[in-house]
Amino acid sequence: MAEYFTLFIGSVIVNNFVLTKFLGLCIFFGVSKNLNASVGMGMAVTSVITLSSILAWIVYHFVLLPFGLTFLTTIVFVVLIASFVQLLELIIKKQAPALYNMWGIYLVLIATNCIVLSVPLLSVESDYAFVTSIVFAVGSGMGFALALILMASLREKLAYADVPKPLEGMGIAFIVAGMLSLAFLGFSGML
Amino acid sequence: MNTAIMVLVVMGAVGIVFGVILAIANKKFAMEVNPLIHEVDEVLPKGQCGACGYAGCANYAEAVVLNPEVPPNLCVPGKDAVANLVAELTGKKSEQLEVRVAHVCCSGTTSKAVASYAYKGIHDCAAAKLIQGGPKGCKYGCIGFGTCAVNCPFGALQMGEDGLPIVDQDLCTGCGKCESVCPQNVIAMLPATAKVKVDCNSRDKGIDARKLCTAACIGCGLCKRNCSYGAIEIVNNLAVVDVKICQDQCTEATCVGKCPTKAIKTFIPQAEVTAAEAIG
Repeated sequence: MAEYFTLFIGSVIVNNFVLTKFLGLCIFFGVSKNLNASVGMGMAVTSVITLSSILAWIVYHFVLLPFGLTFLTTIVFVVLIASFVQLLELIIKKQAPALYNMWGIYLVLIATNCIVLSVPLLSVESDYAFVTSIVFAVGSGMGFALALILMASLREKLAYADVPKPLEGMGIAFIVAGMLSLAFLGFSGML
Repeated sequence: MNTAIMVLVVMGAVGIVFGVILAIANKKFAMEVNPLIHEVDEVLPKGQCGACGYAGCANYAEAVVLNPEVPPNLCVPGKDAVANLVAELTGKKSEQLEVRVAHVCCSGTTSKAVASYAYKGIHDCAAAKLIQGGPKGCKYGCIGFGTCAVNCPFGALQMGEDGLPIVDQDLCTGCGKCESVCPQNVIAMLPATAKVKVDCNSRDKGIDARKLCTAACIGCGLCKRNCSYGAIEIVNNLAVVDVKICQDQCTEATCVGKCPTKAIKTFIPQAEVTAAEAIG
């Protein structure tokens, strides 16, 4: 139990996927202009990461490992995640239109995002057991959501600040993200 | 060799399995989208202004196609052209929509209006209003930081040199977005055929209003007394014009000449403004 908790806290704060590992940056900078969109995106990414992580673990341990085809991991995971997200979008569109209106459009954006691919890859590399990989997936999703919400709140304030013309938009966003990353560096070595 | 065959088999299997799952899901979870919705959406001006009452053009297109009660002429910026097209596509009848333009009910320029304090903060009207009602002495007047201009989906409002927004009547579609974002409620929608406009929003008593702005409406009632059609009322120290009576019945705007502060003025349609500028 304690190791699950450590792993969870580790993936949310210490090894934050965006601020420490620099993954998922395109959605991070793309969606963080608006706080409401960011919350929706955070939820969407967490769900997709968790579900595809479970699926990937199953495929790895019951198909790839027994047949000694671990070198196919990356490509199989990519195909898996892309098709799975498509399926998810179809299901949600039909079964839960209200949910689809809220964050259905983000699903297409995160279909082949590096963060969604890296979580299963990393849990396979670290040879996590089934429940451990789920905890890891939820933790990384939450960490991503945390970083996204922090960034969105900062960027909404930045919209009214006196930014030098050459740095407006992406420039200042990257600088602020760098500072956030530096701040999170303070957590390293905690676990 | 064995591995190569295994690779082909596994990759092929994964591809086929997911292909089949997706194909089945596509059929099973298929949602019928009426193609007419897309056609109607193409015709709309795509300003996403919300004047029709729906959140964006796509939602209005869906509503007007699927719901028989929704009228086809709700698109204010589209005016008659779009209303007729939508009516044609959906087979509904459209009625004439009144053409409106935005009007800023304030003539308190930086030279005429007194400032109550020097404001150094976010360059936004809503933000400035939070600090004691804004930097202008008159708390009903236009604050002049351009929140309306920024929010106009058609670029019809520009901030003038004197601190008041200028409406380009050709670009203005009467969607009413500026009216809803203005924190002072100083923008009103006037029909394009209006005869007079009251360039003031001040509810202060005459003496106080005049102290804060030289172009204020002091609520003296001279316009009301001189209007032979009873189109003007004085409500809360401010002249309020009943547009219907003014438009339909008035033949000569005597009110404009009688106003001591020139708060009520003749409404000049854009065509005449451009013609006057061309000559002069």
